[in-house]
Amino acid sequence: MKKTLQTIVGAGALAWSAMAMTPAQAADDTIKIGVLHSLSGTMAISETTLKDTVLMLVDDINKKGGLLGKKVEAVVVDPASDWPLFAEKARELLEKDKVAAVFGCWTSVSRKSVLPVFEEDNGLLFYPVQFEGEESSRNVFYTGAAPNQQAIPAVDYLMSEDGGGAKRFALLGTDYVYPRTTNKVLRAYLHSKGVADEDIMENYTPFGHSDWQSIVSDVKTFASAGKKTAVVSTINGDANVPFYKELANQGIKAEDIPVVAFSVGEEELAGIDTTPLVGHLAAWNYFESVDTEANAAFIKKWHAYIGDDKRVTNDPMEATYIGFTMWAHAVEQAGTTDVDAVRQAMYGQKVPNLTGGVAVMNPNHYLSKPVLIGEVQDDGQFDTVWKTDDVVVGDSWSDYIPESAKLTADWTYPWVCGNCEKPTY
Amino acid sequence: MRQDFSPPAPGRMPHHSFRRFFMPLFAIVALMLVALAPQQAHAFSDEQLRQNAEQLNAKSSTKKLDVIEKMAADGDPRVAPILEAMLGGDLYVSKADDKVVIGKKQGKVWQHIDVVSGAVTGESGSGDLDKIRINNRLRGALRDALATLNLFSPDLATRRAAVETVMDTRDPAMAPLLQRAIDRENDPELLARMELAKATMALAAGKTSQERLDAIDILASQTTPQIRAVLLQFVNAAEAENYDPKVVAAAKDAVASVEGRLKMWQTGGDVYRGISLGSVLLLAAVGLAITFGVMGVINMAHGEMIMIGAYTTYAVQQAFMVWWPAGIGWSLAVAVPMAFLVSGGVGVVVERLIIRFLYGRPLETLLATWGLSLFLQQAIRSIFGASNRQVVAPDFMSGAIEFSTGLVLTYNRLWIILFSLLVVGGIAIVLRYTAFGLQMRAVTQNRRMAGSVGIRTGYVDALTFGLGSGIAGIAGVALSQIDNVSPNLGQGYIIDSFMVVVFGGVGNLWGTVLGAFSLGIVNKFLEPVAGAVLAKIFVLVALILFIQKRPKGLFALKGRAVEA
Repeated sequence: MKKTLQTIVGAGALAWSAMAMTPAQAADDTIKIGVLHSLSGTMAISETTLKDTVLMLVDDINKKGGLLGKKVEAVVVDPASDWPLFAEKARELLEKDKVAAVFGCWTSVSRKSVLPVFEEDNGLLFYPVQFEGEESSRNVFYTGAAPNQQAIPAVDYLMSEDGGGAKRFALLGTDYVYPRTTNKVLRAYLHSKGVADEDIMENYTPFGHSDWQSIVSDVKTFASAGKKTAVVSTINGDANVPFYKELANQGIKAEDIPVVAFSVGEEELAGIDTTPLVGHLAAWNYFESVDTEANAAFIKKWHAYIGDDKRVTNDPMEATYIGFTMWAHAVEQAGTTDVDAVRQAMYGQKVPNLTGGVAVMNPNHYLSKPVLIGEVQDDGQFDTVWKTDDVVVGDSWSDYIPESAKLTADWTYPWVCGNCEKPTY
Repeated sequence: MRQDFSPPAPGRMPHHSFRRFFMPLFAIVALMLVALAPQQAHAFSDEQLRQNAEQLNAKSSTKKLDVIEKMAADGDPRVAPILEAMLGGDLYVSKADDKVVIGKKQGKVWQHIDVVSGAVTGESGSGDLDKIRINNRLRGALRDALATLNLFSPDLATRRAAVETVMDTRDPAMAPLLQRAIDRENDPELLARMELAKATMALAAGKTSQERLDAIDILASQTTPQIRAVLLQFVNAAEAENYDPKVVAAAKDAVASVEGRLKMWQTGGDVYRGISLGSVLLLAAVGLAITFGVMGVINMAHGEMIMIGAYTTYAVQQAFMVWWPAGIGWSLAVAVPMAFLVSGGVGVVVERLIIRFLYGRPLETLLATWGLSLFLQQAIRSIFGASNRQVVAPDFMSGAIEFSTGLVLTYNRLWIILFSLLVVGGIAIVLRYTAFGLQMRAVTQNRRMAGSVGIRTGYVDALTFGLGSGIAGIAGVALSQIDNVSPNLGQGYIIDSFMVVVFGGVGNLWGTVLGAFSLGIVNKFLEPVAGAVLAKIFVLVALILFIQKRPKGLFALKGRAVEA
């Protein structure tokens, strides 16, 4: 047994040194990063843009002389919207290509699928999409919004005078982990605000649902009970287009029943005529329409890179930008791409948001970001109607779910834990 | 205009036509009033009006709200165009002199229109104008304010819309205005609506039992969700405040009777939506009824033929935009034959290159066509990109017929129901009455016999497969109106299509029709009870059980018909 072990270790060492000696010589001048976004299948519509964003950022950093004196090289793989394939491709990136960090995933189910791989191989994943929270891994940095950075402020807005003073809520979502968890958080939050169960309607539909007639008409009936009603939509992906078309056709106007969406951004609106949707809402941390110098520069760079002035920018692109920039800064500070050193350097990293203010990486691996609520305009853009005064700290375990409220995520001493009731040390 | 499609006002106006059609009309009428009646006493002096309008640019929406209410309160007709512009997002602040103006786009420049005189005072680029921001709360307030102003509009349709808004808000403060409007009104139909609106207000504001009973009496005969809500609210209030038991009982009876009639409408709505879903299933499946049903090819790439049809629609519309933008309404009429040709062409090529070598080998066919579907998806993704393409809905397909009972029949769905029936009718005619149909049936029923009487079976096979694929392409044209035009479009329909064909009975067109509509209706009746996800599962389970009992589906072909 001991002998075999020795042989394996020996062989491994030999192989390693052989690798280090020959082609790795070339690889030494480059830092490899992985891009794990679906370029085919259902999610390609959203994820392809993020792949291009990472490539643009890599291009940009190389033009400025690279990182630690080395060129950054992006290794692009296509997990094809196939959740188990995400895990396989992640392993390939970490073990075969030995990438320093991976930028990728969109749906929560894909993130859950790669999570064990990143934890086993001690990799680094930057996840750029708004999600349901209730997770904090040592190996993942979450640069998208947690529910308290998107869903809760949005509901607050709907209940406020300016938002119409909604008293009744229809929670519509696609049937998977993100909408179900978000709605669980929202239901608990609404209870805490004195909204009774009979004033909450919850409805789930499959991915790619296209026949919204019954559901939209149910919402109309639900709204006719005499109390101001609002729709909170966690409908994801393609299904949004027929949903909004049906809303428009059935004549639901934003001033009667406003719809606030968490997964509808500029990119999703690009496929619809938004004239009948003016006034419906979306909650994000970024809108393309926000008028700041940093944002204008980013949009200009994007148009130049992609070679098309009509392409829009959106929130997950900003999250990718923040994640990538933070990682680059952390690598420079640590002076190495070693995962453990970079992770330590990540805490407290600051990057200016494209919309103003400064995003900070917290010890729970979530960002502090501002929250914006925008109204759909007839040109497919959003007009910011409400904004938090300051950045909001991402909450990994929701305070509104009793079993989560007890948990803390903090990867610095003395906690060093993603879901603990007591510090580890 | 779309006016022609609306029924003789079964309830409220189709909302779209109201916005698009009457808004400019109303603005003109109002402007004419201003121009033609200078002697008419205005509630505001010009200066007051201007000052008020300037205040619409207040920072907080609460302040804006106050100004709107103040401006609307006196019924000055000159206020309406200003508020109308604000609601439409056309009210601006000119950066140069900080004045509030109505902006109107003329080509590339924006005309500044004075809020008081309605005259053009200047023009500029869009950069010199700051839009006055509104939110949903202000939109609601503006609409209400306009409704009060419009109750006295000389235009019947404007008044009608105003009464509907008053009915929706039921603000008791409007009651005196409404009474004034009733005194003047001479259109009997509108008068009835106004009396109804008055009754909804009187119910809440009524003091004596008799007043309340009278109001309940008027309301109980109505069948709309709003009235139900009004009555329900009243019942709650009445029970809480111990009104006359006679009143409470009458109100409860009224709720029950309104509810009962609404239930019937709702069932009617479920049937309609079921038929609508059925028509979509039918369109998706009818091509497969030929390739799978008649030819026995397990065609996993069927969905992609639909997708190609949808992309053809997109391409045709792009061509229209370039060469004939005005005729975009005709693009669908051109897209239908184009989609048939493109998808059908792809079908013929596929049949000749792949499928003909695999007849009688279902497993290989399944794998080959599955691979083909992936290939076609990626090909489209490479050509058109991964993102959705926007297919424009022609005017006659947007909007809806809205009944006051809450039933909404959207035009796009109505057209698709009609279209699906036309397509099936067309296929039935081709199969039954043309020489090609005869040959096709001959080949599928007995290939060798057909061959020996001189039918070129290979040629018929290719055309049959092409026909099935072409029909799928036509379905794609219709589906582009209700679904995303994306490379994945077809995947969403392939399972459903097989379900319909298997349920209806392989090789039987009428089975497919009946199968599609019954699956659609069952699905839509289950959906409100069980939710969309469970409804689908139930239908699938029920179908599996059904197939256990009747393996050949609803209508099995009898005799030694189908080849193995």
